[in-house]
Amino acid sequence: MEGQTLSLEGIRAGYGDFQALFDVGLKVAPGEAVGVVGPNGAGKTTLLRVISGMLKPKAGTARFGAADLAALPAHALPGIGIAHVPENRRLFPHLSVEENLKVGAYIPSARKHFAERLDYVFGMFPRLKERRRQLAGTMSGGEQQMCAIGRALMCSPRILLLDEPSAGLAPLVVAQVFALVQRIRAEGLTVLIVEQNVAQVLRVVDRAYVLEAGRVVAEGTSAQLASDPMIRSAFLGGH
Amino acid sequence: MDPFLLEAIVNGILLGGVFALPVLGLNLVFGVVDVVWLCYAELVMVGMYCVWFLYTQAGWPLIAAFAACLPVVAGLGLLLHQLVVRPLLSSPPITQVLATGGVLFILQGGAMLIFGTDFRSLGVEMPPMEVGEIFVSGTKLIAFVAALVGAGLLWTFLKFTYVGTAIRAIARDREVMPLMGVDPRRIYLVASAIGGTLAGLAACLLVVQLDVHPFIGLSFGPITFMICVMGGLGNMLGGFLAAFLMGVIISTGGFWWNTEMSYVVAFACFIVVMFARPRGLFAR
Amino acid sequence: MIRIAIALFVALAALPLLGLPDYFLHLGIATMLSALSFTGWALMGRFGLVSFGHGAFIGIAAYTMALLWNEVGLSPWLGVPAGVALAVAAAALLAYPCFRLRVVGHYFALVTLAAGEIVRILIIALRDHTGGSLGMTPRLAPDNSFAAMQFDKHGFWWLAVAAWGFGILVWWWIDRSMSAKALAAISEDEDAAASIGIRVTREKMMITLISAGLAALGGALGAQYRLYLNPESLAGIGISLQIVFGALAGGMYSMLGPTVGAAFTIALEETLRVSFGTAFIGAAPLVYGVLLVLFILFLPRGIVGWFERKRWAPRVGR
Repeated sequence: MEGQTLSLEGIRAGYGDFQALFDVGLKVAPGEAVGVVGPNGAGKTTLLRVISGMLKPKAGTARFGAADLAALPAHALPGIGIAHVPENRRLFPHLSVEENLKVGAYIPSARKHFAERLDYVFGMFPRLKERRRQLAGTMSGGEQQMCAIGRALMCSPRILLLDEPSAGLAPLVVAQVFALVQRIRAEGLTVLIVEQNVAQVLRVVDRAYVLEAGRVVAEGTSAQLASDPMIRSAFLGGH
Repeated sequence: MDPFLLEAIVNGILLGGVFALPVLGLNLVFGVVDVVWLCYAELVMVGMYCVWFLYTQAGWPLIAAFAACLPVVAGLGLLLHQLVVRPLLSSPPITQVLATGGVLFILQGGAMLIFGTDFRSLGVEMPPMEVGEIFVSGTKLIAFVAALVGAGLLWTFLKFTYVGTAIRAIARDREVMPLMGVDPRRIYLVASAIGGTLAGLAACLLVVQLDVHPFIGLSFGPITFMICVMGGLGNMLGGFLAAFLMGVIISTGGFWWNTEMSYVVAFACFIVVMFARPRGLFAR
Repeated sequence: MIRIAIALFVALAALPLLGLPDYFLHLGIATMLSALSFTGWALMGRFGLVSFGHGAFIGIAAYTMALLWNEVGLSPWLGVPAGVALAVAAAALLAYPCFRLRVVGHYFALVTLAAGEIVRILIIALRDHTGGSLGMTPRLAPDNSFAAMQFDKHGFWWLAVAAWGFGILVWWWIDRSMSAKALAAISEDEDAAASIGIRVTREKMMITLISAGLAALGGALGAQYRLYLNPESLAGIGISLQIVFGALAGGMYSMLGPTVGAAFTIALEETLRVSFGTAFIGAAPLVYGVLLVLFILFLPRGIVGWFERKRWAPRVGR
């Protein structure tokens, strides 16, 4: 069952008359960690929404292994191994940490393994275990981000989509979150991460795409991009 | 304390138990689907006719009639959702409420057409029980206990099952649900079926206390909405508590004045509460 | 435009001179007075202020008028304005805190629903004066008494047409005022409207009071015409929903929509009454409910709205 590749070709998508993505192509091989970076409004979130089925593309193909993502309803995607940690985390603030994780294990295949997945997530985030009965909305931003990632991991996904995991967090907490991302991918999970924090994200991914105004303007390995003068001046503060 | 006042308060609490079920049902549907079922009390009426027919006309045992009533009204809730609410999910709230208001007329008219306008009674009554200084109606006490059991079962379902947890989650954020593999349309169906079941249970408890007639929905429908709003639309716990509060207001109002004035007082209390706490007494 | 309107109005007023049977005149009067109430409701309904309690205002006005006549002997000519004034005062009492405290949407609808129920139950509770659920009849004056506002169908037809024309004139006048634009902005986004200097509470109050007043006027005149009042048909959830349905069926966004809705609902009621009679009691509300649901599902802008869209669609292109 291992080994589905996520591949997007010629994706066009938008909201109403507004087009946010123009012929975007992207590939994520199994076990890879890939970043999508770019300025605010470049279409990064739209790209993730297309992959997780929340937005249907107007043209182009999106596949995960053999599955055509555009042909499936959004709620079927966790079942084929795609988990999406949305922008702003979108936890259920009035439910406890454990209940949030329980919603993450909603699909039948996940319910069967609920206890072991819970142990796994609590092992990865001991903090969540301490606060399992606390209402998610009352935790700190970093803890909430952990809970959101934990919730996505509950359904044993093959690929994890992360949307701006560092947004709104203190620098120290950002470093912790990226350390976690590294740990998750070290366990063999494929990761696609969308970020504005280019410097940090290039340290944890193998490759990255640069998105600007809805188009891929550059791609390459982290090392290539980190040394690219254009990227350095645009995103890395020029040094 | 004056034993008559005490009796009124106790009766109010018992009355609140009966209000609690439709309030929970309405709040559940509103919280999940975001639509007010204006015809909720008429669903209860259909359930009451169902029990009455099966027990007095078809000769079923009362328990069997109760057992049949629940799925019938649950099915009606599903039908209501599929045929009327679902096509209007993206319409303005007023349109949705009015459409269920149309169903109110349909059910009322249907009941008149089939059963006429006579008051129908089950003819079962238990002797009142003497507890300390006061008398309590046995049927009311049983209905109260059954209502609490129903509410407890609902709470257990919402608290401990996957679907129940998803129902509580969807009330806060419906767009994010598919990311967890939850199909909102299925959750809507489940909520509508449970909303119908609660109306069916309320029907079983009411039909032993009250005669059923086509307009009975109008007699307790409005008060049910008031209670929901007082507790905060969609807030199950708030609605549950407000049901008892309203029950006691009505019952003690009847002690001080008369039944009609007690309803006037209850409605006036509701309006005042709305001005003091526009999102409900127990809004967070 | 104005000339056409005046001509139409004169034609309507002249209708009884054609010697129509009383039955048609009766339906016409009922239609005009309902149309006035529906127009009143739609005046605020079209701006998203959905009231489920207009029965309250109708009930207050009608019973005030009838009680003043029966108990004090005050002529309905003064009793109707007094009743309407009381209804408007009640509307102010209810609406002001609602708007100040931002009770909107579902909550507003349900607060007004409660108000309608309060009036209905109060009428029943005060049965020593109002006759309770059995209803009451204004004391009959010697026949065709102008002073008691009890006259034949021709006279009432003119009164009804005048009252209805007044309602339409109010709609026309509001449409041309700045208030219509202000209210449209408020119904889009209250905060944004407030931020550009629109006095939100004031505008909403004004339209609500006018709306309640027109609905109350239609209801009070209707009660006086029928010379019979009962709490179910003049207050409470039943009549309130009927008003909403009537306005919606005709089209609450068009000036003549509620009037078409009134003609439609009364024609429907009469057809149902004549075809089912008392043999199938209940068939009428059943058909009524089915039509209400069908209208909402398939003609959400009402009959007039549907025609307007047909006609304008190619040019406006919305």
